[in-house]
Amino acid sequence: MTLLDVAAIKADFPILSTTVRGGQPLVYLDSGATSQKPGVVLDAERNFYEHANAAVHRGAHALAEEATDAFEDARRTIASFVGARSEDLVFTKNATESLNLAAYAFSNATAIAHFDAHAVNPRFVLKPGDTIVVTEMEHHANLVPWQEVCRKTGATLRWIPLTDDGRLDLSNIDSIIDKTTKVVSVVHQSNILGTINQVRFLMDRAHDVQAVGIIDGCQSIPHMPVDVVELGADLVAWSGHKMLGPTGIGCLWGTEEVLNAMPPFLTGGSMIQMVEMDKSTFALPPAKFEAGTPMVAQAVGLAAAARYLDNIGMDNVAAHEHALTQYTVNLLNALDGVRIIGPANSTDRGSAISFVVDGLHPHDVGQVLDSTGVAVRVGHHCAWPTCRRFGVPSTTRISPYIYNDFSDIDKAVLGIQAAQEFFGVNA
Amino acid sequence: MNLESLYQDIILDHYKHPRGKGLLENPLASAFHVNPTCGDEITVQVGRNEAGGLVIGYEGQGCSISQASASVLVELLQGRSIQESEEVRLAFLELMHSKGSGDPDEEVLGDAVAFAGVAKFPARVKCALLAWMALQDAEIQAGLLKTGEGA
Repeated sequence: MTLLDVAAIKADFPILSTTVRGGQPLVYLDSGATSQKPGVVLDAERNFYEHANAAVHRGAHALAEEATDAFEDARRTIASFVGARSEDLVFTKNATESLNLAAYAFSNATAIAHFDAHAVNPRFVLKPGDTIVVTEMEHHANLVPWQEVCRKTGATLRWIPLTDDGRLDLSNIDSIIDKTTKVVSVVHQSNILGTINQVRFLMDRAHDVQAVGIIDGCQSIPHMPVDVVELGADLVAWSGHKMLGPTGIGCLWGTEEVLNAMPPFLTGGSMIQMVEMDKSTFALPPAKFEAGTPMVAQAVGLAAAARYLDNIGMDNVAAHEHALTQYTVNLLNALDGVRIIGPANSTDRGSAISFVVDGLHPHDVGQVLDSTGVAVRVGHHCAWPTCRRFGVPSTTRISPYIYNDFSDIDKAVLGIQAAQEFFGVNA
Repeated sequence: MNLESLYQDIILDHYKHPRGKGLLENPLASAFHVNPTCGDEITVQVGRNEAGGLVIGYEGQGCSISQASASVLVELLQGRSIQESEEVRLAFLELMHSKGSGDPDEEVLGDAVAFAGVAKFPARVKCALLAWMALQDAEIQAGLLKTGEGA
């Protein structure tokens, strides 16, 4: 099993040397929710504010030029991290906004088409009888926006169900993605189950019926090498803060064709070509989707995060996490009274590992772990329907990253046993 | 951190042996509350007995803190007058918002004083308050309380 040099990596993350709850060393196993930030990311943001801060894409002074260069350099770095052209990379507030931007393209186009059918691309116009396909393991961010699109357009939401071991049940895929389907929007790696889905297959199916294919890459892009073009999607959304970057920045990659065809989401300054009192025309992508003053320092920070990950190598990141996943899954499988929710092996699964403990509520498991300095996520992980599918109200989730090693997993396992002991539910 | 300061024996006892759990046959009103961050659920129902006292029923599922709190609530308030129960409820709210610096009156709060330690854990205060907020909601729906008191 190949692990990264975790001691050296940990030293790059100031927060990981802090103690919590009365002097316990912090064991951070909640990177699925948000990752910690290395010093180079913090330094990049600080350096930008100290030396280059100004409004971008306007102004004729030296700092305005430097800020614009820093912002567009960051876009190139982040685009290249996922194998994309920088013109096809849109910055958003977060992945939720990226997915809403995609969803609103459909409801906005549908609304505009009622008055001017020629003003919009028919691919984005929905009507009753049309279907939108998601999976039963979506994060709420890739579910609720599509429910809203259905409410506004009369389209119907369909979902690909799950097998008991937490994989997509593709046995009836032909009756789920069919000629009525206009959107297929699916998660690459589940944030709750850890499952890695066959997104290329699903995107190809989407294109067979001329549907727009969308991927939620929040849990894949930080954890494995991803070339967004090779995924075969029209749009890929992900967040910055889960890949060592700052909060307040997310990404949406799209093909040139689809970005051009989509109506804008937020409108106002910076996204226009020409404005008159009664109408406007819009800038080309990505500016078309970036209304208002953008998140410049965050983009600079996220670019530093992408460079940091590139230096480690995403293949090495994936191998490291695979080893941790195998180790964690084996230990949890061996614990009496503990059941993994999601694939109980390390095949086609990422490092987000959810489980339930017989007789114990996840909140209480998390509290006991917290008392030993171990930070995990408890709850429904913004995937409430997925919890319901598995008959559990919520789960406890371990989600390690590049700065975790086997000893961190050992501490979590000891904490689970301590919780069983404390509440008297020893199996 | 001392787990025992959070999970006092009284809380664990109510969690493992909930008092008065079950729904009413003819409630005046019923309130279903969830904690959307963790999915804990509670249904609290209210009615009145012949003497005008409060009758409470509940069902729920969730963590030890939320479920023990519901059990303590029922044990404390079952049969009490609306006015008395409101005094207890407001004292419990004050305790939970004290950030751990409260000095709870055991005369008023009974077993609920055990939740003093919970107030030091902001993430768990919502768990402890779940049943109490549902009770207030049910009482308002039943016309036993006016809106907006102590929320």
